[in-house]
This record gives sequence, structure tokens and C-alpha cells, in this order.
Amino acid sequence: MDFTLSKEHEMARSLFREFAEKEVKPLAIEVDETEEFPVETVKKMAKAGFLGIPIPKEYGGQGCDVLTYAMCVEELAKVCGTTSIIVSAHTSLCCDPILTYGTEEQKQKYLPDLASGRKLGAFGLTEPGAGTDAQGQQTKAVLDGDEWVLNGSKIFITNGKQADVYIVIAVTGTVEKNGRKSKEISAFIVEKGTPGFTFGTKEKKMGIRGSSTYELIFTDCRIPKENLLGQKGKGFGIAMHTLDGGRIGVAAQALGIGEGALDRTVAYVKERKQFGRTIAQFQNTQFQLANMATQAQAAQLLVYRAARMKDQYTKDHKTSYSVEAAQAKLYAAEMAMDVTTKAVQLHGGYGYTREYEVERMMRDAKITEIYEGTSEVQRMVISGALLK
Amino acid sequence: MKIVVCIKQVPDTKGGVKFNPDGTLDRASMMTIMNPDDKAGLEAALRLKDEYGAEVTVLTMGLPKAEEVLREAIAMGADKGVLVTDRVLGGADTWATSQTLAGALRNMEYDLIITGRQAIDGDTAQVGPQISEHLNIPVISYAQNLKVEGDSVIVERQFDDRYHVLKAKMPCLITALAELNEPRYMTPGGIFDAYKAEITVWGRADLKDVEDSNLGLKGSPTQIAKASDKVRKGSGEVVTLDPAEAASYITGKLKEKHVI
Repeated sequence: MDFTLSKEHEMARSLFREFAEKEVKPLAIEVDETEEFPVETVKKMAKAGFLGIPIPKEYGGQGCDVLTYAMCVEELAKVCGTTSIIVSAHTSLCCDPILTYGTEEQKQKYLPDLASGRKLGAFGLTEPGAGTDAQGQQTKAVLDGDEWVLNGSKIFITNGKQADVYIVIAVTGTVEKNGRKSKEISAFIVEKGTPGFTFGTKEKKMGIRGSSTYELIFTDCRIPKENLLGQKGKGFGIAMHTLDGGRIGVAAQALGIGEGALDRTVAYVKERKQFGRTIAQFQNTQFQLANMATQAQAAQLLVYRAARMKDQYTKDHKTSYSVEAAQAKLYAAEMAMDVTTKAVQLHGGYGYTREYEVERMMRDAKITEIYEGTSEVQRMVISGALLK
Repeated sequence: MKIVVCIKQVPDTKGGVKFNPDGTLDRASMMTIMNPDDKAGLEAALRLKDEYGAEVTVLTMGLPKAEEVLREAIAMGADKGVLVTDRVLGGADTWATSQTLAGALRNMEYDLIITGRQAIDGDTAQVGPQISEHLNIPVISYAQNLKVEGDSVIVERQFDDRYHVLKAKMPCLITALAELNEPRYMTPGGIFDAYKAEITVWGRADLKDVEDSNLGLKGSPTQIAKASDKVRKGSGEVVTLDPAEAASYITGKLKEKHVI
């Protein structure tokens, strides 16, 4: 078992770190304060190839592995939770399902623009009545001639109004299995600008405030028949498999947020003096830091392992990484929440001010326990595999 | 068009500086980066490549680990890398370095050679112009802007309060300033390709038309009296002397510190 990273991965990390420090960190406070989507940063990331890291070169991507992609999200999240989730949602939730389930025509049509960052991607599964219960979908798609007609709405959609290409999950009928009727669910590719596709309100959020979170509304929205992604009726499986990958991205985001808070806290406790000593000299501080660093390290190992498992899946199309992704996401998210909370505490009153960034990290950390499946859902996935 | 960019792996000054007992830099134990002026030179070459389809080769002299900086350059878009490394080349000053690089360049095809103005570890700004002298080609130093027109280059050469516009026929050598441009980032895919690329490694025997007496520490006229990291100034020394004694005391101290 080898825990050392290759030279390529080390160099990639130094690239992501340099980019994050120079291009992302200086804007992090402003992005949070203004709640504005960092358009210019996304353009720079596109130019640097960050929006197509695990996409094969033949489709205009970088041809790297999932581990490299996870490291990119991790390094971005160390300085800005918002920026990291833009990359994660685009890559894991839009590019990945097209790559995995798309026809050759769909891959050729959409991936080069997405992987190069000329276009941004998003994913619409959640509805007002269908969050954790993904079967509760109400959005409908009806085939009418050569077109699917979509009606319904999706909420809490990351990259909402900024994206150009959307993966949308909708009900296409009912199926009967063992005498029980259930919804037949399918996946579609919907492009911005399609008549009948509009945006609702922008969410005002606790954290990741610069990320564009919108409601998507479909009113007799007609898309070409060939925009069905994967087979009709396989949408639920596509959504679940897509979320497995998305969880690696969110786990990497949570990991980065925790590590970023730890880095800042280590620097702070060496400077801050109380009772004539730096607070780093107090055993309470030392023990807290030791716990935080150990948790972060454990999270990193889980995240990297899940990424490696997905890499294996990419090669053999057999390896399951669902449980590993759930474990990585569950642990990293709870680590991020815990570590950022301790970071604020160790910063004292300053930590509670918006100048010191650890409070932003604490707000950003919270969402990682909720989206792409709550921590409770991750526990269901993990225990489900144990008890089956 | 064929462009050779001379680049150097230099200590990342953020990581602190360490020295060998002989006063030379202990490069093996320091964090390193691509020298900023060289990186701008590489970016200038890559922009010419984007525009005119040039072939860009990066050349460096250094320890075997200097291969990393060549791979970084390839990950940014350079086509080939050449590493000149040999124990006998160690401890080289600017003279021995320029002799070494010129010896390597005599084996290579080039229309344009670009070097950085100076490296942040030595700050001499001598190697580029010295190479041009050894190769008997024109040099334009301190380039703040660079264009190619036919078989010539048009360069803005920076001065304190103005710039000169110079035109030179290729082959020629240009030394680049960090402010020449904003270097691009490596791409993630470029990094993985760079580690698959083959780096050409040359030793002393591969250098053309260079005397041994011009290489390495022995071939370096520069003698380092003392080198140290930035040290905090102490509280100073207060002495009370009459003017004549004070003058000789001060000159003595300045001589002791090799200031005069």
C-alpha cells in the first residue's frame, strides 16, 4: 500500500495551490460579502484547464485522473468554498454523467465546450418535495413527436443561472414492478435559452454565498428527442451514480475547507499572545490542533481513496465506489464542521468577525453536511451496504 | 522558428536560504521555483509559438533535480527539455555557467535564444550577455516587449526612465524582464504529459568547444568571500573615539566586512 503521491500529482498540487493563492484567495472575502458569482475567476480556471480535469483529451479535457480533480477542488476550497463548488458541480454533476451515459454524438456536442470551460454545467435533481427522497420527483417529461416537453421546477441548483448546460431529472411515466407502481425517471440534457426554461429566485444562503443557487422552471419547455441522456427509465440510477461522483467533489471541498481553517489557526495561535505567551504555548491549543490535524489527515485519506476507486471504475466500469464516496463525504463534511468551529473558537472574538475568514469557512462547511446527500443519507448508504 | 529558452531552478526565497561550507548555495536542500525573469522569457517564447508555430526548447544547467524545472516548462507548453548536469560543472559562477550553456547551445539549432535578465539567487544579469558573446550573436537585454517581424526581432529595451526600440536580425539573444508578461499556468494535463516527455541529459563530454579551465568552480573567476542569509541587524556598537581614530576604526571595520 503506497501513500505517497506521484511527482505528477505533487506538481499538480503545487499548480492548484499557486493558482488558489494568487487568483482565488484575494477575492474570497469579497465574493462572500457581495454574493457575486466570481465570473473572472471561472474564466481564468477555464484557461488553466481546471474545468475539464478528469475529461479525456479526445473530448477536449485534460485527461487526468479523479484524484487530480479532487486535489484541485481541495486546494481551491482551502481559500474559497464558493470557487471550489463551482468546479465540483460543473465537473462531477454535468460533465461526468454526459461522459458516462452520453451517446458519442452527445459527448462530441457538449464535452469540448464544457471541458474547456467555454460553457458551464449544472445538475437539477432536487425539487421542493424531492430532496433526500429523490423518488418524489414531480417534474414531468412527455414525448411529443420528436421533442420532449418538460414541465416542473428544480430548486437549490448550484451554478444555477450561470450554467449553459443542465442535466435535468424528470418523470417520464410509471412502471409496475412486483405489482407496485412507481415513477419511471429519466435524465435529460437541457440547454440555457431553450424556450420555456426560465429561472426563479436566487437563494440567499448562509455560506458559499458567491455560488449561484437558483430555481429552474420548465413551462412547456421543448427539447429535442435526442437530448435524453442514457436510456429512458434509467434516470434514477444515473442520478444516484452521478451523486456518488459528486460526493467525492464535495468531500474534497469539505477537506479543503477544514485544512484551510487549520492553516489559518496554526498561523494565528503563533501570533496571538495572552498572559505573556502565545496561545500556541497553551496545552489546550496544542491538543485542539492535534485533533484537528488528525481529523483532516484522516479525511484526506478517505477522500483520496474514494477518488482512486472512481479512477478504477473509469478503467474497468465495474468497481463500485458508492460506499467509499459516502464515507469520504460523511467524514470530511463532519470534520470540516468540527475543525472550522474549533478554528473560530481558537481565534476567540476575532474569529467571530468577518475579517478573519474562519467564520466564513465555518458557514461554508455547513453545506457540505447537507448537499449531494445529507450526512444522514451517507449513513444510509454505508449501513445499507453493511446490512444487505 | 526555433527558440531556446535558458531557465534556472532557483531557491524559493520564501523557504529560506541555506549555504554549503564553501559559501555556495546548498541547492539540494532548498524549495525551488523557476526563476521569475526566465519564466517571463519562456512565456514570451510560448506566445511566439502560439502565434507563429515556433518550436520551444528549454535548457538548464544544474543538479539532476533541475529536471523538475524543465518538466514545469513543458507543462506550460515547451516542446523539449535539455538538462546539462555533471559534477565537474558544480560551483560555477556566471562565466563558467555561460561557457557551459554556450557549449550546449553549439549543439542546438536556434533562431532566438531567450534568457531571463537575472536570477533571483545571484542577481548578476551577466549570463545572458556572456552567452551571446561566446556564440558571437547580438544581444538585446532588459526586454520589456518583444515582437518578431520576418527574420528580425523588435524589442523594447527598458531603462530607468525610458525605453529604446531595437531591431536585430536573428539569430540573436534576448534577456527578458519579469514584467515582460504574465506567465501562463501549467495545465493539469500538461503536467502529466511533461512527466512522460523525455528529457535530454548532457554531461561535460557533450559540451562543444569549451575548455575545462572555463568550467565549474575551478573555471570560475568569482571567489565568494562570505555568503549568508538575511540576518537581523544587532543593536550596533557604540564607541567613543577622537576623529582620527574614528576614521581608521571605521575603514578597518568596512575592510573587515569586505565593503571596501
